[in-house]
Amino acid sequence: MKAGTAISVAGIDAGIDVDDLSSLLMIRHFEQSVLDLFARGLLSGTTHTCLGQEYVPVALGPLLAPDDFVFSNHRGHGHYLARFDDPEGLLAEMTGREGAVCSGVGGSQHIFRGTYLSTGVQGESLPVAVGTALWFQRTGLPGIAVAYIGDGTWGEGAVYEALNLAALWRLPLLVVVENNGIAQTTPTARAMAGDIAGRAAAFGIAHVSVTGSDVAAIRARLAPVVERTRAGGGPVVVEFATHRLGPHSKGDDTRSAAEVAAEREHDWHDAYRRLDPDLFAKVEDEQRTRIAEAVDRVLARPASVWERG
Amino acid sequence: MERVAENLNRALHAAFAADPDLFLLGEDVADPYGGAFKITKGLSSGYPDRVLSTPISEQSLVGVANGLALSGGRAIVEIMFGDFATLAFDQIVNFAAKSVAMYGRRVEVPVIVRCPTGGRRGYGPTHSQSLQKHFIGVPHLSVHEISPFHDSTALLAGLLADGEPAVLFEDKVLYTQPMYEPGTDGPFVADFPFGAGGPARLRASDGDDVADCVIIAPGGVARRALAAAGTLFAEHEITCEVIVPTRLYPFDVEPLLPALAGAEVVCLVEDCAAGGTWGTEVAARVYQRLWGRLRRPVVLCSAEAEVIPTAAHLEQTVLPQASDIHRAIWEALHA
Repeated sequence: MKAGTAISVAGIDAGIDVDDLSSLLMIRHFEQSVLDLFARGLLSGTTHTCLGQEYVPVALGPLLAPDDFVFSNHRGHGHYLARFDDPEGLLAEMTGREGAVCSGVGGSQHIFRGTYLSTGVQGESLPVAVGTALWFQRTGLPGIAVAYIGDGTWGEGAVYEALNLAALWRLPLLVVVENNGIAQTTPTARAMAGDIAGRAAAFGIAHVSVTGSDVAAIRARLAPVVERTRAGGGPVVVEFATHRLGPHSKGDDTRSAAEVAAEREHDWHDAYRRLDPDLFAKVEDEQRTRIAEAVDRVLARPASVWERG
Repeated sequence: MERVAENLNRALHAAFAADPDLFLLGEDVADPYGGAFKITKGLSSGYPDRVLSTPISEQSLVGVANGLALSGGRAIVEIMFGDFATLAFDQIVNFAAKSVAMYGRRVEVPVIVRCPTGGRRGYGPTHSQSLQKHFIGVPHLSVHEISPFHDSTALLAGLLADGEPAVLFEDKVLYTQPMYEPGTDGPFVADFPFGAGGPARLRASDGDDVADCVIIAPGGVARRALAAAGTLFAEHEITCEVIVPTRLYPFDVEPLLPALAGAEVVCLVEDCAAGGTWGTEVAARVYQRLWGRLRRPVVLCSAEAEVIPTAAHLEQTVLPQASDIHRAIWEALHA
């Protein structure tokens, strides 16, 4: 797998796993609620939703061990929710309410729980992930470091320093690229010369490209990729060609309606619904209700308390 | 007689012997080279899995150290020239220091970023700076400087045990000088009235209890301050005591207040370019606590706000010399 490998899944052929569908829809309704809460003035600050990209962390979830060190980024709600199934803790963090996973200090893009950490600076996590991967390697622990980054992150020099070290030291590092074709408002084509596969190849790092959003099929195809890294096969870059359906942050989408509509053509949501409308409606009702109730409960809580260490 | 570089090297060996989870990363730190200033000599031979020569990637070196720290380890990073710490500013300020507090609970980030620093070796504008001021005032980031009066073994152990990231400045000329022993610094004798690990106090062995002048000078400038103290006494019978702290930020001014309040002159010396410096930070604290009791304004002896020239005769015009300290104190007394 030295050269690039392509995994392409069309449609949803591997069937529906109810747990996966629940996770997908839980994240979808969480993100929609976040935008709704902003519109109603009940959330402040900033946020970056992962609408359209929910399937990436859901597909990867069972491939990761509890002690694997996962690094997320500004667009990290899905990464957190797929790992911890904890919408209330995250929403409490974003609203500064009791039960906040980081006491309301970190907010949407600075979360640390167990071996899951997100930061708000592009590219910053990759060298840190290399450090955790080095720790796994030198201590003989079976863990891997996983870093979610976007296409825009490849503008940062830290990415290349980190890839160089990871390849030199043959570290257990999985770089997950969510290439949604746009960095805030800048299309990837106007920010990236060449492509990500070529950049990985320059370091001799395996690159896997994933298209499609069939969670079970992607997971099955990625399982040996993750295990190869875990077994000492060195770092790998897995690039998802994905689709950002929402704005970068809140109401700051500069794309035309036609462009966004074209992105929506790729939404896993509709593909899964077509496969089994009845099951889909049932699970969607459950998750819609679950998130609505979570929102009500969190907003009724008192303010979070920061006990300084 | 032990040189400061040897003392620091011995301190690193002691740290590695004591801590199986300690790593060191830096450019060209492995044997036989042992680092540009030989501070890490022998370490990679003793601890080959934990002392790693790296590519020229300062940002990532500190990032890797941060990752090791998050995993439960500890790490020391050598930045070959402290000037290059600017390349790691994001990892130091936005990751290491922030992570201590921004996740709502205390997260330990035991990382030391070592920065060989200062001029007087003819390395020119980008290899001679003293950048302490750029790291002052960052919450959960402490700033330190080695000193010939402090054993670095205790200093390093303290920083690693602290659990918060630290930037450690190491004057490059000081490396070549002897560690203090009675007699190394003329008539000046060191004691530690503020506790072990606190600032050293240097006074002439036959001096009075109350000095005319209190000079606060970190390790890199301490011996220039002592030279000025020597000439001020020889030429004018002005007595000085020199306070040499290793912790520059946060700086605890409280134990120094009695001596500062009693002095005719309080002088701060630093190699940083003037403007927004450690010296101004300490002066502000002194003013807050002693306003109305100070005899005169605090005297600041910083480097000129200018690039540091390469040619020795030009560099001397920018960096504070012993004669500059002497003159500044004399002029303050006679203004």
